[in-house]
Amino acid sequence: MRTTSRPRRAAVLATAVLASSALLLTACGSGSTHASDGSGSGGSGDRITLTVGDFGTFGYKEAGLYDEYTAAHPNITIKYETTQDGQKYWDALTTHLGAGSGLADIQAVEVGYIAQATGTLAGKFTDLRTVDGVNPANWLPWKSKQATTANGALIGLGTDIGPMAVCYRKDLFEQAGLPTDRAEVAKLWQGDWSKFVEAGRQYQAKAQAGTFFTDSASGLFNAALSAEPQQYSNDAGKLVFKDSPGVKKAWDVAVSASQAKISAGLRQFQDPWNAAFANGKFATVVCPSWMTGLISKYSGDAGKGKWDIAAAPVASNWGGAFLTVPKAGKHQKEAAALAAWLTAPEQQAKVFTKVGNLPSTVGGLQQPAVQGAKLDYFGDTPTGQIFASTAQAIKPAPIGEQDGTVKTVITDNGVLDIEEHGTDPAKAWQNVLKLVADKVG
Amino acid sequence: MAPSTRAAAEDDSAAHQAAAHQAAARPAAKPLTDTSATPGPRGLRSRLHRFDVRASPYVFVAPFFLCFAAFGLFPLVWTGWLSLHRVDLLDPDAMSWLGLDNYARLLDADRGEQFRNALGNTVTIGVLSTVPQLLMALGLAHLLNYRLRGRGFLRVAVLAPYATSIAAATLVFVQLFNPDYGLVNWFLSLVGVRPDWYADTWPAQIAISTVVTWRWTGYNALIYLAAMQSVPKDLYEAASLDGASRWQQFTRVTVPSIRPTILFTAVVSTIGATQLFGEPLLFGGGVGVSGGSAHQYQTLALYMYELGWPSRQLGRAAAVAWSMLLILLLIGAVQYLIARRNRAPQEG
Repeated sequence: MRTTSRPRRAAVLATAVLASSALLLTACGSGSTHASDGSGSGGSGDRITLTVGDFGTFGYKEAGLYDEYTAAHPNITIKYETTQDGQKYWDALTTHLGAGSGLADIQAVEVGYIAQATGTLAGKFTDLRTVDGVNPANWLPWKSKQATTANGALIGLGTDIGPMAVCYRKDLFEQAGLPTDRAEVAKLWQGDWSKFVEAGRQYQAKAQAGTFFTDSASGLFNAALSAEPQQYSNDAGKLVFKDSPGVKKAWDVAVSASQAKISAGLRQFQDPWNAAFANGKFATVVCPSWMTGLISKYSGDAGKGKWDIAAAPVASNWGGAFLTVPKAGKHQKEAAALAAWLTAPEQQAKVFTKVGNLPSTVGGLQQPAVQGAKLDYFGDTPTGQIFASTAQAIKPAPIGEQDGTVKTVITDNGVLDIEEHGTDPAKAWQNVLKLVADKVG
Repeated sequence: MAPSTRAAAEDDSAAHQAAAHQAAARPAAKPLTDTSATPGPRGLRSRLHRFDVRASPYVFVAPFFLCFAAFGLFPLVWTGWLSLHRVDLLDPDAMSWLGLDNYARLLDADRGEQFRNALGNTVTIGVLSTVPQLLMALGLAHLLNYRLRGRGFLRVAVLAPYATSIAAATLVFVQLFNPDYGLVNWFLSLVGVRPDWYADTWPAQIAISTVVTWRWTGYNALIYLAAMQSVPKDLYEAASLDGASRWQQFTRVTVPSIRPTILFTAVVSTIGATQLFGEPLLFGGGVGVSGGSAHQYQTLALYMYELGWPSRQLGRAAAVAWSMLLILLLIGAVQYLIARRNRAPQEG
């Protein structure tokens, strides 16, 4: 009796433990996630909340677009979360996409990563071609092409583009004996970014003590690279940065700027860089249209009227972004409608007049509000005209899946290392090759 | 689990819980000398009772063990399994077998450079932050141990840094250490030096260690204080009768008496230092993930994160995680041996 009861007891014990485990899985599991209605059941009466995740300054809140939309759609509430640093934003977004949770209904994607979104991640986003009012032809042809997958699905709606110019401080230029007139300044470096470095040497010779010609060699690298027809990847989207003449050219420009000591050696989009605007530490910053918003934000009232904008050595594009709707979202239909509305020409024009992000739609670029725009902060500078005319001349380079990764390595671990530690450029380039091989391989 | 089945499971488990409660409560509510029961069920009931007595303890301790299995043991083993594969973060289900290749890569003379660099940084930042921290904590605790005015307030004040968030503390220190406009360099420029706290290796590591030290000194001081309070007073009286100064009392009475506690804090601080992540990440701002532009303060935990998330190579990140565990076990073993050697003469 005793001997037989032991195994039975053990069995009963096991069942008891197992029974309590069912309770445990809920006890120490996650909180209450009760899926409400499924996707697309958004009748007119349902109250829903849409979330928007973006980075940097997209300007939707600043231009009052969220309020405008919710006023027109009383059943919709909009929540937004913004990450300052685009790199950190993307790292978090890929993690969420991999897990299929923690995603906002609308997620912004930067152009450097759009090839990954249309490639490896294509299955994670909804096709937006069928959304009311969306027609790929609304955008500049290359812009909508960048967000189109191999099967022809349009997964991102273009927000803005980054036609390149150079923003400069008139007061610092004057002190260094350089011209201050827009056309004259543009002549200093017309045709080639290496001339920009030459102008920097002229500036530095007579500069006000403690100021530099430009803010960062890595910013200069990005600007010089944006002018090249071939960058990190070839037409097939394969990584060719090691032998790309474009990358070599931009690298040489950045290195020569660092060695000529014309750069303040800051990393862009970081606190010390933000502070340096207010302290007037540098006289120029490469200036895609979205940069104007950052300049006015960080230079503050003290810098008002001191900045002006001149044409870049070569017409090019740096940056810009897209709005995507992840498939994991609960309200894909409503999210797509909101994304379409936010990226429509009228709304893009409003954003431009508020924060300077230039429209990526053909209609947006033609809006009188854009063409005749003068950003309050830049005095009488015809910013709209400068950027819109540059936009017409943009010849985009092919982009590949790994472009964003390589860009981060070159700017943060290559050029910045030379700037901060005076590392030998040849050695820095070897480091870049090693790091890229490690990250991509 | 779909919401509906999940809810069912919740109901289910609630029922189980109620049943368990009743089962546990029944013997108390109904004495066993109940004569109205028929003999048949009595056999059953006594067996139930026996089962209850034997099994209840297991059921009561099960929650911890099951939670530990689900959230401690399983992730540990799974990480080990992952580290033997090539895994893409975005497609974690498609794993390809690599064997020990990820580990070989860490030890490789050429390809393991970044790992060695991270290991070195972890050691130097660990020493720079742990040693001064524990020494200062010991001194602080010794001071707080005396009868002084406002002792209660001081004890709370000492713990305040521990209560602040890592992010808040680090961001303040980043401002203080700003090479151009920071308070620290303003003071140092009075004696004619201006270290670049952000870019240069040693200054950056010292700055990061300062944040760690500032946060944890008070916490360790309170642990030491608690240990000091339990040192018998007559030891001090005897020592002072023998003419021992305060310093001698501290070195000859206090420190030997709280040696086990010192060992404990050393172990815990070492574990903390090995896992250092938030401070260097936030200190570096935009280049925080790579621990500075030249990886000059990239710790092991940061390297693991960089591999697993920005580079999306989960398998390699898992290998770094397991290497960290092995390193910790090694350090723990060394500390244990030291402790045993220290104990031996006392007992002998």
